[in-house]
Amino acid sequence: MANLNLTLKVWRQLNAQDHGRIETYDAKDIPTEASFLEMLDIVNERIVEDGGEPIHFDHDCREGICGMCSLTIDGVPHGQDRGVTVCQLHMRKFKSGDTIWIEPFRSKVFPLLRDLMVDRSALDRIVAAGGYIDIRTGAAQDANALPIEKDKAEAAFEAAACIGCAACVAACKNSSAMLFVSAKAAHLNYLPQGAPEKQKRTLAMVRQMDEEGFGNCTNQYECEAVCPKEISADNIAKLNRDYAIASFKEAVS
Amino acid sequence: MSALSCCIHSAPCRFWNSSIGKKIIVALTGIVLVGFLAGHLIGNLLIFQGEHAFNDYAHFLQTMLHGYGVWIARIFLLTSLVLHVTATIQLTIANRAARNIEYQRPATVTASASSRMMIWSGSTILAFIVFHIFHYTVRVSPELAEIGAENPHAMVIAGFSNILVSLFYLIAMTLLCSHLSHGVGSIFQTLGLRSHKTALPIDLFSRAFALFIWLGFISIPIAIMVFGFGK
Amino acid sequence: MLKSNIPSGPIEQKWTKHKFDSKLINPANKRKFKIIVVGSGLAGGAAAASLAELGYQVDCFCYQDSPRRAHSIAAQGGINAAKNYRNDGDSVQRLFYDTVKGGDFRSREANVYRLAEVSNAIIDQATAQGVPFAREYGGLLDNRSFGGAQVSRTFYARGQTGQQLLICVYQALEKEIAKGGVTMHSRTEMLDLVTVDGHAKGIVVRNMVTGEISSHAADAVILATGGYGNAFYLSTNAMGCNVMAAFRAHKRGACFANPCYTQIHPTCIPVSGDYQSKLTLMSESLRNDGRIWVPKSAEDCKNAAASIADADRDYYLERKYPSFGNLAPRDIASRAAKEACDDGRGVGPSGLGVYLDFRDATKRLGESTIRARYGNLFQMYEKITGENPYETPMRIYPAVHYTMGGLWVDYNLMSNVPGLHVLGEANFSDHGANRLGASALMQGLADGYFVIPATIAPYLASQTPGSITTEHQEFKKVEEEVRERVGKMININGKRTVDSFHRELGHLLWDKCGMARDAKGLKEALAAIPGIREEFWENVRIPGSGENVNAELEKAGRVADFLEFAELLCHDAHDRKESCGGHFRSEYQFTEKSPEVKAGKTQPGEAKRDDENFSHVAAWEFKGVGKKPKLHKESLKYTAVKQTIRSYA
Repeated sequence: MANLNLTLKVWRQLNAQDHGRIETYDAKDIPTEASFLEMLDIVNERIVEDGGEPIHFDHDCREGICGMCSLTIDGVPHGQDRGVTVCQLHMRKFKSGDTIWIEPFRSKVFPLLRDLMVDRSALDRIVAAGGYIDIRTGAAQDANALPIEKDKAEAAFEAAACIGCAACVAACKNSSAMLFVSAKAAHLNYLPQGAPEKQKRTLAMVRQMDEEGFGNCTNQYECEAVCPKEISADNIAKLNRDYAIASFKEAVS
Repeated sequence: MSALSCCIHSAPCRFWNSSIGKKIIVALTGIVLVGFLAGHLIGNLLIFQGEHAFNDYAHFLQTMLHGYGVWIARIFLLTSLVLHVTATIQLTIANRAARNIEYQRPATVTASASSRMMIWSGSTILAFIVFHIFHYTVRVSPELAEIGAENPHAMVIAGFSNILVSLFYLIAMTLLCSHLSHGVGSIFQTLGLRSHKTALPIDLFSRAFALFIWLGFISIPIAIMVFGFGK
Repeated sequence: MLKSNIPSGPIEQKWTKHKFDSKLINPANKRKFKIIVVGSGLAGGAAAASLAELGYQVDCFCYQDSPRRAHSIAAQGGINAAKNYRNDGDSVQRLFYDTVKGGDFRSREANVYRLAEVSNAIIDQATAQGVPFAREYGGLLDNRSFGGAQVSRTFYARGQTGQQLLICVYQALEKEIAKGGVTMHSRTEMLDLVTVDGHAKGIVVRNMVTGEISSHAADAVILATGGYGNAFYLSTNAMGCNVMAAFRAHKRGACFANPCYTQIHPTCIPVSGDYQSKLTLMSESLRNDGRIWVPKSAEDCKNAAASIADADRDYYLERKYPSFGNLAPRDIASRAAKEACDDGRGVGPSGLGVYLDFRDATKRLGESTIRARYGNLFQMYEKITGENPYETPMRIYPAVHYTMGGLWVDYNLMSNVPGLHVLGEANFSDHGANRLGASALMQGLADGYFVIPATIAPYLASQTPGSITTEHQEFKKVEEEVRERVGKMININGKRTVDSFHRELGHLLWDKCGMARDAKGLKEALAAIPGIREEFWENVRIPGSGENVNAELEKAGRVADFLEFAELLCHDAHDRKESCGGHFRSEYQFTEKSPEVKAGKTQPGEAKRDDENFSHVAAWEFKGVGKKPKLHKESLKYTAVKQTIRSYA
């Protein structure tokens, strides 16, 4: 296939204090086999050679698992292709002449660091609030001493597949973190190992989420649609249920 | 001060102030309002049974539980409505605040148009409810008040003979339909009763219910305006 | 200089005895000690969490925005343990033996035995933390087979074992952060090590958001900073993986051991063009059901795979290694792929690829079973290449994946710089010349959860807690050196991008010090590297300032160290005049004439070890940039196993 000539509309902002703006770049002669981030590498190398400052974006593993890359492409976090992170998006999905808008993951809770990089540490704080099983290293029983139904283990896995990229927050019209929080909670709440702390965990994680200032879920499922790991909004229903039960138990006991 | 902080830390207060808690309130009050709508519609449709059936039904409502029933229902409905409206307004304000800079090129992948205008459809419906109560319940118009006291059936016919009233009614019912098509399904999700296996039936039910409410309510003014029903 | 501190006694009692003989620190005193952990992957994260649980104050650093993103997350296949849940004859002894043999008899026996010994506790720990390992219908844990083993001992969580293990490590770490035991410094890169009177007492770091350079002091420093595969530019490592922390420690006195042991993973997606920034690994587990082949004749290479008859296909691993077949260890499978391509029988546009074919497995098991086992990997392959592996066989080619070499450590995982401990891929000790599949996760977690919490105490017990602070002049001095270096780099303002230097170095290393090496090529590399380095320091262009996020500056710092490290790598490869595991010197291989081949013990073209002269760890001491490092040898003695020709035939 012939190489692509594209126009990029990119959000540029030096740091949190700076006023951001969209700037336009030509991306000429881009191989279709390149990944989206490799396309940006090519553009950046040319910018640097021409004496400019490269477009900054977060990225690391480039194989769709670390959750670091976080670009909103034409208004959709990680781009239109389903079930992939932006590092797994390949240029063969575009055609010559396309104009591509590239913006950061936007949320008030994610302060912008530079260009397309944002600070997602709010997600870490939610996990720190209760997203764990509190056992000491070395205190575990034999792994097979506690059989777990295959279905439950699978459900926990499906939720645990979350890579913490925050595309759900970026896509949500309300900038809600419910898909992330519900997936993190469901991973542990499904498992018998997580049962003793289930109530405490659910309340603590939701409260921390609220404290951070995320918006509220209005059941539009944009999060589920853009999630690169296709985490189900069923987890949100489960979190709603678990939270109601936990609140009731907390109030009466 | 301590009384206030005690209140803030009380379980109902914490529940109300939490994102999920508030949405559960929206869902529960939503059930009440949806239930009311269904009942109200079935009652209204008695108009097609004839004058007697409709007026007897109106009489029953007025005199139920020695006349207290209607007030119990009104207080219950009003409380639900106030909670529903307050919670959704607060949630919407928080939602807007959570994204301080909008996308320069926004896009929507899957969210329905109805789901994205809930606050606007809701506000219109609220305005309609106020109007509707003043129109048919309080009867601020002396003409309608006179007819209504004796013959609710005739009052409805007279009321809908006004083209502006009917038009507003049609718009409000259409937005109600939109509101319900997202709202009814949302009740299940918010209460934790939806899963990918039940998602499709719930969505279909939600839409079918909204359609039923819409067709049912608009059938009356259309019958009166277009087909001259009751005249 | 190198005291390995291996405990005396029979191998199976060493670890228990060592723990009993080691000094302890009483619980009340632990909180007075501060420990720096650099890196938050399986080794660093597990160490930070476990040490904080014990009561130590831990400062943990990572360059990513969250500790959950360390590159351990990308491990796909699984984690080994000697549970013997399959009743197939596994044991600690067998895992130990397989690992030593897999490492081509170049690892430290006592360390490997300890690794095998604690492997079972890792599975227990991970399961209790909520790792959703694959299970059977009875509710118990499932296993699968991996390269280099004839038992099924690998625990896995679909193709995401690394991510699932790391998430639980991260959760344990976050728990300790919330409790106040760990202070986390993310988006912070270690730029230098600070030693005081020869002891590691702190680090100098750069805040990657504000550009601030600052010092952190502690009673001991732990590096768990991963491997140096990115020296080759293209590798399966994350873009940010680098050798800086380890190399800075090396420059401050820590010996770097066996850098030439680099693992080339056989099942990666082939390179498609110059713009390529990284290579993607396809889990080795694919080799459970996929068959690897190339056409028998070079003429067939351009034809569609499906049109090539079975008789015209060369299933070369099955042919050469009948008992292990497609599950031959990584180094062997990689080299065999290279040989086939060098022979002109490679497939794909570049001619650098071999087929990994699921046709027969699909026939035997049905597409749904294949989909259940490998669906996510097939999907990943399709996303990257645009080809559907259910219809046409995958094309794979080896790529740099893991580095067995690393900072030299003793049995306590302490380097020759007192107080400096090194865990996981960053150290050298457990994998010898080649690492078996599913052993990296095992080693990282063993080091972090179970080894370092016990072995750091003997060092700390000899120290007065908090005796050194950042007020010490050494901190001022190192901090100043770091500032100077960063400032110098920014002010070069030359013409070439950082990446262009990195690519140039990577190509050179891949050509001369890649899957096969020889003295001539290594000499050429050693002659060429200083030139690239000099040009870098004269002609690199780093736009922007040091006061904001500056990705080019970060990359430049890392590439500058790779440019020095590359020489060390080539020196080691040059001086190790034998072939073993991931280090294949084409001069040293078995031929038709070798008596071992005639006796049927091995085949022509296999790696030829020289146990007489090279049964040692090569630990290099830094002697200055551009100067040949000084070699120290730790002799490897095998008492529990016998060094034999490593045969998988």
